Amino acid sequence: MLQNKDKIFNNIFGFQSNKLSYALKRGDWDKTKKILSLDHDVIIEKIKNSGLRGRGGAGFSTGLKWSFMPKTLGERPHYLVVNADESEPGTCKDRDIIRHEPHKLIEGCLIASYAMRAHKCYIYIRGEFANEAKILQSAIDEAYENKLIGKNACKSGWDFDLYLHRGAGAYICGEETALLESLEGKKGQPRLKPPFPAGVGLYGCPTTVNNVESIAVVPTILRRGENWFSKLGKENNTGTKLFCISGHVNKPCNVEEEMGIPLRELIEKHAGGVIGGWNNLLAIIPGGSSTPMLPKQICDTITMDFDSLKNAGTGLGTAGVIVMDKTTDIVEAIVRLAFFYKHESCGQCTPCREGTGWMWRLLKKIASKDASPRDIDNLLELTKQVEGHTICALGDAAAWPIQGLFKNFRDEIEMGLKLKKIAAE
Amino acid sequence: MKKELLKEENYKLCNIDQVKVDEILDKYPSNRKASAVIPLLHYVQKKSNGWLPVPEIERVAEILDMPYMKVYEVASFYTMFNLKPVGKKLLQLCHTTPCWLRGSDQIEKSIYDTLKIKDGETTPDNMFTLMKVECLGACVNAPILQINDDYYEDLDYKSTKELLNKIKTKKNIKPGSVIGRKSSEPYDKNGNINVTK
Repeated sequence: MLQNKDKIFNNIFGFQSNKLSYALKRGDWDKTKKILSLDHDVIIEKIKNSGLRGRGGAGFSTGLKWSFMPKTLGERPHYLVVNADESEPGTCKDRDIIRHEPHKLIEGCLIASYAMRAHKCYIYIRGEFANEAKILQSAIDEAYENKLIGKNACKSGWDFDLYLHRGAGAYICGEETALLESLEGKKGQPRLKPPFPAGVGLYGCPTTVNNVESIAVVPTILRRGENWFSKLGKENNTGTKLFCISGHVNKPCNVEEEMGIPLRELIEKHAGGVIGGWNNLLAIIPGGSSTPMLPKQICDTITMDFDSLKNAGTGLGTAGVIVMDKTTDIVEAIVRLAFFYKHESCGQCTPCREGTGWMWRLLKKIASKDASPRDIDNLLELTKQVEGHTICALGDAAAWPIQGLFKNFRDEIEMGLKLKKIAAE
Repeated sequence: MKKELLKEENYKLCNIDQVKVDEILDKYPSNRKASAVIPLLHYVQKKSNGWLPVPEIERVAEILDMPYMKVYEVASFYTMFNLKPVGKKLLQLCHTTPCWLRGSDQIEKSIYDTLKIKDGETTPDNMFTLMKVECLGACVNAPILQINDDYYEDLDYKSTKELLNKIKTKKNIKPGSVIGRKSSEPYDKNGNINVTK
């Protein structure tokens, strides 16, 4: 279990004020100038060595991502864009960083921008977070007033401007290139890659898009040392992580824990356990809605990190843990997710635009039990046709929960269909 | 179309504050004005009773030197922009899986029992509109009801009814968790909070 002294987010629940004077007491903005006196590439190297993997879902090495940016500032400016479009069902960690620890994020933006030779950074926050945006904007204003950002930020000699941009309700804008399109004032439809944003990003300029949590942990890593961070967690899955535990638990909550914590320990120590006890558990979606669910027998022993969840056929994703007990209509739970993806498909690629609707309708039919096992085969075939055939990962994300459902519960679901048929006859 | 609508509905354009517009435009490179389209639409929607009539979309297009259709495309793509009038209080009920697991169906029922409106409907007095929406991103505080800009969290049938009745009788309501917990802390109904403050 993570010790208090190793926690990065000490004010995640907002028991203390989010104002600058309190943030300073918590250690934010401490010797930032000294960090900015390091060479750009030294900072990137340190983040690489810390083992930090992106906290937005894909789990790609943050330092490595930064190193893809051009090493010299050419005619085109560099941009850092922070993805605060938190919309993956089950995930609500960035919201707490923004409203309770905004200065960690702002300081992280400055340091990361400096490392990538960017003078400008945009934070793209989801539109529904209107109050969170107000809080973040006032924290940005405070940072400007105290000359922590702006011209000669922290007296480092580096000029840095930070802007907050509010979206308007579109899950797809969490996809980095859709986010850039949206920021340019267009519909949020993902771009083809390559070119990658590090070459051609915002306004055609070199750009890196990072998740809020990935950026907010950077100042602490650099202050406490990359070795401190890399010693926490497991090999190749280092550091701490914010977990969001929702659904059928006694005390749903957000919590910062060490990477690699056993799932059962996470739920029982922090979220008051599964409602009705651990044996009442049916299944858990471990990393936000896109990751395939795990049945109880795997939940008994699995640890929460990128690699072990990948080996179990699912993923850590955003670490949004959705717990479902035995009272859950498991098909209906996934029908809701199928509807979500249908609703959020941007409509650009046919397999996704048509497929998400088709998958939802077929799954709904199965949920109503007026279906045959052939419908299940058709549905699974359909998921294979959507998966991997779209520009962005939304198609995959729509297919995986359905595949996960039938991988684990096909027998029970088929039995339900048979019973209904017998009853009807 | 613009003139007809103005005449037909006796539509009065909202007041746009140039200082505010400049403040928004300042965030983006001067040759990238289109970036301001979402912030400007938000601003205008707030000023025009929570929705975007065509003449307002046309004005945004003018301010940004964009074709009307490009702005309309944005306005219709993003779910937060309302192209039809809504009530004074826009109720956005999350019904995605994490909220559903915690009883969002009961919240929907409570809203219907209190206000007699279903998804997409507005009360006759134009006070409330209900919209079922996808994940609001506050899943550990489920179920969530967003009323205009504010989130109301940890709801159940009874507390939703109380909340709506308070709005009806113009009493003050406090955003956030209705069971008294601080944001996303692990909260025990017996009042034992197991975190160090």
